[in-house]
Amino acid sequence: MDLIGNAAAARQALVTMWTIRRFEEAVDDLFARGLMHGTMHLSIGQEAVPVGACLALSDGDYITSTHRGHGHCIAKGARLADMMAELLAKETGYCRGRGGSMHIADVATGNLGANGIVAGGVPIAAGAGLAVKMRGGREVVVSFFGDGAVNEGAWHEGVNLAAIWDLPVVFVCENNHYGMSMSVSRAFRVKQLSERAAAYGIPGVTVDGNDPQAVHDAVADAVTRARAGEGPTLIEATTYRWKGHSKSDKNLYRTREEIEQWRERDPIARFEQRVAATLGDQEIQSCRDEARDAVRAAVRAAHAAPDASADSLTEAVYAR
Amino acid sequence: MTAVAEQTRTLTYAEAVREALAQAMTADERVFLLGEDVGTYGGAFGVTGDLVHRFGEERIRDTPISELGIVGAAVGAALAGMRPVVEIQFSDFTAQAMDQIVNQAAKIHFMLGGAATVPMVLRAPAGSGTGAAAQHSQSLEAWFAHVPGLKVVMPATPADAKALLLAAIADPNPVIVLEHKLLYKQSGPVPEAATPARLGEAAVRRRGTDLTIVATGVMVPRSLEAADELAADGIEASVVDPRSLKPLDGKSIVDDVTRTGRALLVQEAPKTAGFMAEIAATIGESPAFGHLRAPISRLCGLDVPIPYAPQLERAAVPQVADIVRAATDLVRRW
Ligand SMILES: Cc1ncc(C[n+]2csc(CCOP(=O)(O)OP(=O)(O)O)c2C)c(N)n1
Repeated sequence: MDLIGNAAAARQALVTMWTIRRFEEAVDDLFARGLMHGTMHLSIGQEAVPVGACLALSDGDYITSTHRGHGHCIAKGARLADMMAELLAKETGYCRGRGGSMHIADVATGNLGANGIVAGGVPIAAGAGLAVKMRGGREVVVSFFGDGAVNEGAWHEGVNLAAIWDLPVVFVCENNHYGMSMSVSRAFRVKQLSERAAAYGIPGVTVDGNDPQAVHDAVADAVTRARAGEGPTLIEATTYRWKGHSKSDKNLYRTREEIEQWRERDPIARFEQRVAATLGDQEIQSCRDEARDAVRAAVRAAHAAPDASADSLTEAVYAR
Repeated sequence: MTAVAEQTRTLTYAEAVREALAQAMTADERVFLLGEDVGTYGGAFGVTGDLVHRFGEERIRDTPISELGIVGAAVGAALAGMRPVVEIQFSDFTAQAMDQIVNQAAKIHFMLGGAATVPMVLRAPAGSGTGAAAQHSQSLEAWFAHVPGLKVVMPATPADAKALLLAAIADPNPVIVLEHKLLYKQSGPVPEAATPARLGEAAVRRRGTDLTIVATGVMVPRSLEAADELAADGIEASVVDPRSLKPLDGKSIVDDVTRTGRALLVQEAPKTAGFMAEIAATIGESPAFGHLRAPISRLCGLDVPIPYAPQLERAAVPQVADIVRAATDLVRRW
C-alpha cells in the first residue's frame, strides 16, 4: 500500500499516528494531575511502527502487544473511549478495570493482549499462528516487542517454534534503543537485532521505524510470505521513545542531546512533510483536528462512565 | 536481643537495604550485585541508588532482561566462590527464572551430597498496592517456602530489611528476600552496625492478651495499626511477625497463641494453599491447640489475580479495617 501518494491511505496513517500521540499525551496529563493511577509506558515518538505494521493487516489478523501497547491497540482499531475508560478504572473499560494500561486489549479487533512480562507475548504469537495453521486459516499474527525482549528465553523459544513449524507470524521488534536503562549497545554483541533471524533460519530485516512506509513495506512483504505458508520473518524497526521508560524514570542513562536528535526525527512531522503534496495543508490540519477531537471525546466519555465495581471482583477468575 | 543500646538512625526501608548491600560489599569482596537497571538507573524502586558510583560497574552489574540467565549466572558464580546478590525487578518475574531457582539453586547442595554450596541471595519486591495489576503485584512466598533447599525471608521494617538481608548474604544457602514495594518509603530506626538477624527468629511486635495476630510483609504494619484501633475498643492483640518463613520460628507463634487462646492469621497472598495455612497447621499440631478458645482464623487476599483499578485492588487484599473486623469477630464470637 502506498501510504504517501494515496490520499486515503495517507490520511488514515496520519490520523492514526496523531491519535496515538494525542491519546498518550492525554494519559500523561491525567497521570500528572493525579487522575490516573498505577503505572504507564508511553510510546510517544514510536507511532510509525504500529501504524505502518497494522495497515498491512486485515481485520481478522491478530497481534500480540507489550507493556508499551497503547499504540498497537489503537492502530489495530480499538475504541478510544473504552481504552481511556480502562485506564481510568471504569466498568466500561476494555478489561472492566482489571487490566489497566499494561493489559489493554481489544480481542474483537484481534488484539490478543498487552503483556506486562517482557517477551511474554512472543511464544503466545507463535501459538496463535499454530492455531491458524492447524485450522487451515489465512490469518497472520504480528507480535510486537521491544529490543529488551530479544534477550529473553521466551523470545528465543517462541521464534524458534514459529520458524520450525513455518507459522504465519511476523515478529516486529520496536528497537527504541533501550530496555529501561539498558542500551542495545550494552545488551547485544550483534550490530543489528535482525541478525538474530539467521540463528532460526528465517529472514531478518532492519527498517527505519520512524517511517511508516518503510515499516509497512517490510511488514506487508512478511505478511505475504506468512500467508503463503512460508513462515515467519523478523523485522527490526529502529525508533526512539521520547519519554522515560515509565513515570518514575529519571533519564540518567541518556543525554538530552540524544533525545533532542531523535525528536528532530519525529515520525509524524516527517510524514506530514512527505504527504504535503498528496493531502495539502488543509487536509493535514483536519487530520490533526480529527485526532484531537476523538481523544477529547474519549476522555469525556470515560470520565462519565461508572467506576469499576468491586462487587464482581471474583468473577472472571475462571471461565464458566 | 542484645542489651547494648545500639546506635540507630532513621532510614527508609529502601535505604536500609542499600546500607546492608554496601556494608556487605565493603566487608567481603566476593559480594556483588547483578540485575536489571541496578546500575546508573539505581534500581526500579531506587534501592541500589548510587551504589554503582561507590563500587563500580563490575560489582554493581547491569544485566540485559534475562531473568533465567541472571539467576543461573548467580548460581554458577556462587558455586565458584562468589557471593552474588540478584535483584529481580518484580518478584513476579522470578517465574521466568524458576528453573534456576527451584531445580538448580535449591537442590545442588543436596544433590551433590553437600560437596558444593550455593551462597546466593535473590531480592525481589513483592505485593500489591501500586496499581501495577496482575503481573506485577503478586505475593509468591508460598512458592518458595515449599521448596526444600531455599530459605525465605519477608522483612516488614527498615531494621529488618537490613538485618535479614545481611543474614541472607552471610548464609551459605540460597535465600529469597521478598521486600514489599509499599514499604520501601517507610522509615524507622536502623542500627548502624552491620549486625545480621538470626534466620528463623520471629519478632513479637506487640504483646496482647485477647488474640494473636500473625502477619507477614505489609500486613505487619497494617496489623499493628489495627491492634491500636482494637485497643481503643478494649481488645488487646499480640502481633507476631515470623520475619523468616523458612526456617520458621513456630515456637514463638505457638507460645503466643498458647497465652492468648486465639489466632488470626493475616496474609496478602490469596488464601488457598497460602503460607498462613502452614502457620495454622503449625498451631493445630502443637500443644497450643489445647489452649484455643476459638477456631484458628485466616484473613487473606481473595483468590483472584490483583486487579488494576484502585478500588478493586484494595478490595482484593486485607486492609486495616478488615483486620479490625476479623479480630473483633474472633474475640466477640468466642
Ligand atoms: C520478564 C520481565 N522482566 C523485567 C520486566 C521489567 N520491565 C518492564 S519493561 C522493561 C524494559 C523493556 O524493554 P524493551 O523490551 O526494549 O521494551 P521498551 O520498554 O523499550 O518498549 C523492563 C525491564 C518485565 N516487565 N518483565
